[in-house]
Amino acid sequence: MSGYGAHADHDEHDHHGPAPGLKRWLYTTNHKDIGTLYLWFSLSMFFIGGAMALIIRAELFSPGIQIVDPMFFNSMTTMHAIVMIFGLVMPAFVGLANWMIPMMIGAPDMALPRLNNWSFWIMPFAFTILLSTLFMDSGGPAGGWTLYPPLTLQMGDSFAFVIFAIHFMGISSVMGSINIVATIFNMRAPGMTLMKMPLFVWTWLITAFLLIATIPVFAGAVTMLLTDRYFGTSFFSAAGGGDPVMFQHIFWFFGHPEVYILILPAFGIISSIIPTFARKPLFGYDSMVYATASIAFLSFIVWAHHMFTTGMPLAAELFFMFSTMMISVPTGVKVFNWVATMWKGSMTFETPMLFAIGFVIMFTIGGLSGLMLAITPADIQYHDTYFVVAHFHYVLVPGAVYSLLAATYYWIPKWTGNMYDEKLGKIHFWTSTVFVNVLFFPMHFVGLAGMPRRIPDYSLQFADWNAIASIGAFGFGFSQLIFLWVVIKCIRGGKKATDEVWEGSVGLEWTVPSPAPYHTFEEAPPVAVINKNHF
Amino acid sequence: MKTDTPRSDRLATLEDSSGLNAAVNGSGSLNGCQLSRSRLPRFFSKSVSKSGYRLFASTLIALLLVPAAYAGYGDALNMPVGVTSVSREVYGLHMLIFKVCVVIGVAVFGVMIYSMVMHRKSKGAKPATFHESTTVEIIWTVTPFIILLFMAWPAAKVLIKMEDFSGSEMTVKITAYQWRWHYDYIDEGVEYYSQLDAEHNVARQKGAGIELERFDNYIKEVDNPLVLPVGKKIRFLHTAADVIHAWWVPALAVKKDSIPGFINENWALIEEPGTYRGKCAELCGRDHGFMPIVVKAVPQEEYDAFIQGKLSEGQTADFDTTRQWGKSELMARGEEVYGRNCIGCHQAEGQGIAGMFPAIAGSDVATGDIVRHLQTVMNGVEGTPMQSYSDVLSDIDLASVITFQRNALGNEMGDVLQPYYVDRIRKGLDLGSAVAATEPDVPDFGIGNQTDSNFLGGAAATGATQ
Repeated sequence: MSGYGAHADHDEHDHHGPAPGLKRWLYTTNHKDIGTLYLWFSLSMFFIGGAMALIIRAELFSPGIQIVDPMFFNSMTTMHAIVMIFGLVMPAFVGLANWMIPMMIGAPDMALPRLNNWSFWIMPFAFTILLSTLFMDSGGPAGGWTLYPPLTLQMGDSFAFVIFAIHFMGISSVMGSINIVATIFNMRAPGMTLMKMPLFVWTWLITAFLLIATIPVFAGAVTMLLTDRYFGTSFFSAAGGGDPVMFQHIFWFFGHPEVYILILPAFGIISSIIPTFARKPLFGYDSMVYATASIAFLSFIVWAHHMFTTGMPLAAELFFMFSTMMISVPTGVKVFNWVATMWKGSMTFETPMLFAIGFVIMFTIGGLSGLMLAITPADIQYHDTYFVVAHFHYVLVPGAVYSLLAATYYWIPKWTGNMYDEKLGKIHFWTSTVFVNVLFFPMHFVGLAGMPRRIPDYSLQFADWNAIASIGAFGFGFSQLIFLWVVIKCIRGGKKATDEVWEGSVGLEWTVPSPAPYHTFEEAPPVAVINKNHF
Repeated sequence: MKTDTPRSDRLATLEDSSGLNAAVNGSGSLNGCQLSRSRLPRFFSKSVSKSGYRLFASTLIALLLVPAAYAGYGDALNMPVGVTSVSREVYGLHMLIFKVCVVIGVAVFGVMIYSMVMHRKSKGAKPATFHESTTVEIIWTVTPFIILLFMAWPAAKVLIKMEDFSGSEMTVKITAYQWRWHYDYIDEGVEYYSQLDAEHNVARQKGAGIELERFDNYIKEVDNPLVLPVGKKIRFLHTAADVIHAWWVPALAVKKDSIPGFINENWALIEEPGTYRGKCAELCGRDHGFMPIVVKAVPQEEYDAFIQGKLSEGQTADFDTTRQWGKSELMARGEEVYGRNCIGCHQAEGQGIAGMFPAIAGSDVATGDIVRHLQTVMNGVEGTPMQSYSDVLSDIDLASVITFQRNALGNEMGDVLQPYYVDRIRKGLDLGSAVAATEPDVPDFGIGNQTDSNFLGGAAATGATQ
């Protein structure tokens, strides 16, 4: 049934197969190879960033300072954030985009394959530079991932390396995004109209625009930091006529869209998985698209809600409070649509579906605490406490990270041709879900009761909850080794996957063989197939 | 600089009931204000009387909170109600939006769970085919919008009140330093620094091996609390000397960033006397976690007495920079100053931390020229975390800590620095020429068997070479 998608019927040409050995990965311009590289890279960052988180939680297991110097603690919180955001979530989504978008829109490859190779291979260098700062005399960055001056300017000379690494990551992201936009606009198979695209493609299209719009702003901000530090400018120094708060405005003008960059592709993934396992079309496809676009638009006009304590004028505080509250409307629409998709479906609960449901519930918890944070007077109490830490970890860990795990379980049979071990997958889900809540839920309590974030030591009243959270952290961290095992096991063998893989799967990627051949859709799929395979 | 203001019994009670004790004896208070556990029974009795979603919602909360409260977590569960009208309104907003969120959550998750139970393939559910409904979609777009409007109105009202500075009766300027606060009672002419209590500072060092349970308010205690009168609208001006900090006292619902070069403001009208504790809320470097705030709210008379005490204390012998200080006096005081200011980086034995913070024990600076030593401490070292202490430490404190560093921590220089000399350096007088110019008036700096000639000789030599 899938002869048109695979290249199997055609003559074998040398340049069609992968090159042997290491060169295959170094020189590859194949979207699937590059997607694989991105995914392995982000998985390794998941474990590196996770190890940092465990150092943090080990130190916070009990009051007093037992394990690390406070300065190293600060560089752990800083590096954990940079590694997880720029090393795990963003590259993992780019990896999924590389693998899936061409197959979802019936394209043979990405529009700009050589750019694609380059945008991946920048990343390992960027992170080598970033992580190497931990071994420099002046230590790694310790001023928080938000890099607020003047604190961040107190860093030693590893500062320049951090800025350089951030520039590299930014270049990689922008190139990746341009590639994705170019692919979606130019490479769709005839008949694959915009409103027939899977939501993963839609959310990535919008995300790519967010990245192209905001990464250069971030690059500008860190460059100004660099010149403040080394070339005697005073962009952010009041003594020279600058303003430290201006950095925060510029940073969050990037930073808030950035948090949607970390979650919009997740929305797309969940919107693919839930209909599959509910065996029912996605509810409100059009409104999902419009809601995503609205969230993206709103993300540009809410940045200062990260700055309610910086002393803005009342009018600005009111504006940013109202605009932030508005975001809950399109986000709510999405959640309601997912629930309505499940409603009266015929559900089964394989691992991808479990992670997707976990996502909807726990992302919603994070979203609701986000709504609480939008209320400015209350935010003045919540700001910079563990309540905020709980909030953004709920949307990022059982949110963004769960979507990545769900996506892996969902598509790995297509990537490897083998089914993963369902039993291990379920164990992975349940241990992760129990521990992730043990880890993050108590943070709401200590935050409300007055525990600031980014502190290596705390008062005794917070001791019990912190001990519990640390237990959760280690449980969650070690649960991810199950995931690693499942992935390796699945690559090495297992029950052969069918082309459709899932009973209720819809979309062009399920019309090609499993594993997906090295080249797919060298000939566009027929319009009839497209019309049969969209939401 | 001890200022023992007489405290009312009530205050003492409040102090006793905060922190660890609360967790043990179950009085359930945080930062000196009554909190969640004592509120729990009221919350339940109120909600049980109503039916429907409130019952469901509160059951859910109860499931979470009751075991926690029994386990002694009562003082670390919820936001303090606080002791100002603003803090109570903020608490009210917080609880309101929390309940709204719980209701939304319960509704959404309820539908999901029902669907997951009922609409599963294993139960023979056949999938429906509907995939849109304009009516439903409009309803669930408009309803949240209305809920938001209903939330935005009270929130805006509280926010406007928080930003209304009119009618302030007094002003305290708060300057943040790494890692201490400076309080300046602008109208009274009283100012002083406030930082982590010295004992706590020792206990919080890595590997200190001190039982933390013996501190009632571990790392929440300061040397000089901010004393404020109750019943007065107090305006706080916030700024910083080095990096951004944030002055936060939960019980007053005040949190504002201290930004170098800029002045922010907020205000509080404290209604109940008591001790209210807070923390620096904005990451400000290595010791961000160790910048506690203690506000003592006292009746007006006590406050007046406190100000009077502060105004007169400069005249006591402890604050006399012109007199000659004994070595043992300076050493004792120096140890204290060291414990408050230097120990965090240079460590208890002066050994520093390899690769990060240089040792003082046997260092070139502490065993070298005494003027260079003083200047290093006063001016800091650019490009390192070693900050300038010239504004932070008084002449006496500087003289003491220099003397201490040179004669303890494994150093045996034997020399002594008098506060008098620090003053000279401050005034930009070259020490050598200063000594020469005022030769007849220079008091005898030698005390006991100490080698004053060494010191004077060394200093004079420095002056000559500079």
